[in-house]
Amino acid sequence: MISLDQHREGLNQTGLEMLHLCAKQLENAREAFFNHDNDLAEEVLHTENRVNALDLKIDRDCERFIALHNPVASDLRFVLALRKINFDLERIGDHAFGISKYIIEVNTPIEERLLEKMRVKEMFEETLSMLEDITDAYNEVDTKVARKVFKKDKVLNQINMQSFGIISAEVKKDPKLIDQFMLLFSVIKKLERIGDLITNIAEEIIFYREAEVLKHQKKKKVRRSED
Amino acid sequence: MSKEKKDTVIDKSIKRKHKLQAKGVKVFYNDFMAIKGIDMNIRANKVTAFIGPSGCGKSTFLRLFDRMNDYVDGFRMEGEILIDGENIYKKKVNVEQLRKQVGMVFQKPNPFPKSIFENVAYGLKIQGIKDKKFLQEKVVASLKQVALWDEVKDDLHKSALALSGGQQQRLCIARALAVEPSIILMDEPTSALDPLSTAKIEELIYELKEKYTIVIVTHNMQQAGRVSDYTAFFYLGELIEYDKSKKLFTNPEKQQTENYITGRFG
Repeated sequence: MISLDQHREGLNQTGLEMLHLCAKQLENAREAFFNHDNDLAEEVLHTENRVNALDLKIDRDCERFIALHNPVASDLRFVLALRKINFDLERIGDHAFGISKYIIEVNTPIEERLLEKMRVKEMFEETLSMLEDITDAYNEVDTKVARKVFKKDKVLNQINMQSFGIISAEVKKDPKLIDQFMLLFSVIKKLERIGDLITNIAEEIIFYREAEVLKHQKKKKVRRSED
Repeated sequence: MSKEKKDTVIDKSIKRKHKLQAKGVKVFYNDFMAIKGIDMNIRANKVTAFIGPSGCGKSTFLRLFDRMNDYVDGFRMEGEILIDGENIYKKKVNVEQLRKQVGMVFQKPNPFPKSIFENVAYGLKIQGIKDKKFLQEKVVASLKQVALWDEVKDDLHKSALALSGGQQQRLCIARALAVEPSIILMDEPTSALDPLSTAKIEELIYELKEKYTIVIVTHNMQQAGRVSDYTAFFYLGELIEYDKSKKLFTNPEKQQTENYITGRFG
């Protein structure tokens, strides 16, 4: 018989494995994007199977955990949070997959000045740094680290908001740049979505640790909790 | 007591927020202190669950509300137990009258070795009620209230002991309801029953709270979470935490409560 604590620790470790795997997928997608490395992009596409398999395993294990142990209080919050975190991580994996697919399909190197202008490097850095924060937060009792990502997500939102205007102006000046900008715009959209998903994960970690629900709260309140 | 008069008592209780109250209650069995000073207000027309490991004092505390501990050797109580604001341990209190107001359901179904009809009518008969029509109506109404009527209507004069465990327990609840109490105390009422019978009793508890104040002792955490509005966690004779069940089972304040409800001790 598996005790509740053993089962929970097993789930915790599988969740951490999923977190590392999805972070690695995004890291590889970034490398492939900046280095025009189609082989690495292919590797991301292949590894998607592992992400999906782990997603199914976590779903199945969460279901068994609930059915066998009837969890309450922090055990219940843990399993509810893990299911949502898993869902969000799988979506992050999908976005890394999507970015890698663009790299292969479009197969157009992006000019350095455009990358600079659109702040894509900064976006990648910010999302990867947010993933690092939630990896730390996942095992921390203190939720301070988890709350750090809310501020970082705002940077991503700002870059995303500005991107449309920049692209519109640049394409009017030189319509030949449209292919490069289309790719950049798609990647920016995906990175912005990844930021939102990481924010959701941070909220779930806070819900699990402190039973505090931050979902759908007005920005004001979230800001207060960052202080 | 006439029906009209009884209704007035029930109406009075609905107006009062706290049906049952304990003030500085300590219970001793000879030198042993089983309850170590508990203050508690139990809301009217709500289901309140008492949980805690064996020996924590929850059943002793429950039995204070119908003075069932009075006959236990070496029992002594300090403090006050109030029903509708009246101290039930005052010398003048008529214990028989008190027990008409407080029904009790035990862990093991305990029907009398009599017919189904006689079991339900028993409480009324010992009160001196002889009107057959009234008795008949009361028995039918009580059996309907516990959803047993359809199962036994053709065999009302069959021995109650021939019923299944779940049916016997519902019969015992019907017997308690027949004398029109306003409070029902239940001491692990489903621990001897199968899951289906348990579900029926739980449904019944939920329906009964409209008219009655219910206190239930249970070892089944999920049951406490399902049927009760409020839950009180007892440990070593003390009331550790008392809160809305929704809160207590999702985010308890005290670490001891968390450890107990998650099965990590007790």
